Amino acid sequence: MKISRADVEHVSRLARLALSDDELDALTHDMAAILDYVEQLNTLDTDDILPTSHAVPMENAFRADVIKPGLTPEEALSNAPDAAGTLFRVRRVIE
Amino acid sequence: MTMTSPDFTLAALREHLDKKDLSAVEVTRAYLERIAATNPALNTFITICEESAIGEAEAADKRIAAGDTQPLTGLPIAVKDIFSTRNVRTTCGSRILQNYRPPYDASVIDRLKKQNAVLLGKLNMDEFAMGSSNENSAYGPAKNPWDRTCVPGGSSGGSAASVAARQTAAALGTDTGGSVRQPAAHCGVVGLKPTYGRVSRYGVVAYASSLDQVGPVTRDVRDCALLLQAVAGYDPADSTSVDTPVPDYAATLEGDLQGLRIGLPDEYFIEGVDADVHQAVTAAVDRYRQLGAQVVPVSLPHTAYAVACYYLVATAEASSNLARYDGVRYGLRAEDAENLIDTYMKSRAAGFGTEVKRRIMLGTYALSSGYYDAYYLKAQKVRTLIRQDFLEAFNQVDVLLTPIAPTPAFQLGEKVADPLTMYLSDIFTIPVNLAGTCAISVPCGFAENGLPIGLQLIGKPFAEATILQAAYAFEQATDWHHRKPDLP
Repeated sequence: MKISRADVEHVSRLARLALSDDELDALTHDMAAILDYVEQLNTLDTDDILPTSHAVPMENAFRADVIKPGLTPEEALSNAPDAAGTLFRVRRVIE
Repeated sequence: MTMTSPDFTLAALREHLDKKDLSAVEVTRAYLERIAATNPALNTFITICEESAIGEAEAADKRIAAGDTQPLTGLPIAVKDIFSTRNVRTTCGSRILQNYRPPYDASVIDRLKKQNAVLLGKLNMDEFAMGSSNENSAYGPAKNPWDRTCVPGGSSGGSAASVAARQTAAALGTDTGGSVRQPAAHCGVVGLKPTYGRVSRYGVVAYASSLDQVGPVTRDVRDCALLLQAVAGYDPADSTSVDTPVPDYAATLEGDLQGLRIGLPDEYFIEGVDADVHQAVTAAVDRYRQLGAQVVPVSLPHTAYAVACYYLVATAEASSNLARYDGVRYGLRAEDAENLIDTYMKSRAAGFGTEVKRRIMLGTYALSSGYYDAYYLKAQKVRTLIRQDFLEAFNQVDVLLTPIAPTPAFQLGEKVADPLTMYLSDIFTIPVNLAGTCAISVPCGFAENGLPIGLQLIGKPFAEATILQAAYAFEQATDWHHRKPDLP
């Protein structure tokens, strides 16, 4: 599976990353080399192997549904690039 | 007692503060002066907490005077800039967080504060902990105190270099694929990656959530036990932390090694390992035999696949974790955007560095429709095989002994152009994260060019006490940890 420049452009849109032409060229080269390297995993037969998503086997972690203090609106907005009242302000989404 | 150049372990400082022949304020001032004098050359600190550190030291002195001392009360500690610190800038080595001041503390910071430890500052690191050399920091690379033309290792480069340079008595780092152990080895200090779930990750900026662990970086093994003791344990705020009792690590440090079974994995003693590293590690094996350990060969047959597995699992998790940096709630926002999607695309483009973009792209690709099974699921299955290798080896032995890295610290700039070569420098540390078990790096010698070499001891899950004991016995039988770099 050789990755093309068009594939890289598509992935950059999925990843919400605006990339320059130079960056797209470099990434096409780098990702091809890395994907070529990881290809070696296909020499292993894993048909009967279960995937590991976590190193420590664990079941769902539950806690009591009790209200605890959290961030105040002021704290939550303290790093906002733009805020209005108790809201984060962004560019218009709906025309 | 006056201090022109502070040079203490945590344990030694504890004695001085308890005897009251030094105050926490005096000690803190001495370290802050040392940081101010050496940081221009080493670039280990991103943020220095001059004012708050003195305030914390004063509070600690009051507490000591009142007879209410805890193990870390008044002791100076610095932390990797990945730990959220309330109202103190937390950049994670990235431009995208250059003005970010968290409104809350990470749980491990909270634990340090409850003991009245003194936070000296926030340490340099590879951006979002992605790197093996500290060269991916948006704030410039930290330098190796043993040779400033060399990297300190990464991603916790600032943590290891600051401890080696006596800018702090101890530090905390994080280890996702070797990021505590490898820089500790490259800087000649001790670094431990605990078992996954041993230390809370709450408030630690996430890179790869199924691999990330917090670990101590210290001058010697006793300090390592002391700092691990302070941060280990269950935290309800981190649902992946494990509710297993924390043993008293210092109490078992001095046990003897008669009958300890040490395994040497064939796959870690291979061609391509630097001759000086090979010699130092082999000498350490002989030393362990003299100390009464039984050394046997073992095999971890899937070792060669670990780097490939890691760069799919870790990048996939990273691409998901780093989706939160969108320029909306915190972090850098691009001002020239035309609409909201454009805000995301341009803010991320302006805020992330090259390696972070590369890993987000690789991870997004591995998770994308049509490639998920071939890459991400395949890697998770291989992860099972790698984990099984370790569990089977631990049926035969108590501890595994290996080098930390194939070479001593490399030159700044040497590997930046070739990401794959950089990734392969983590070949001996990555498998431990995939298996989720614990490992320690201890100094075991020096290369001919004067750079330190580290030994890795890998333990069973939650057997931190065993690897600390084995590391301590080695340290007591050698004097590598007494050497220090010649510094400005």
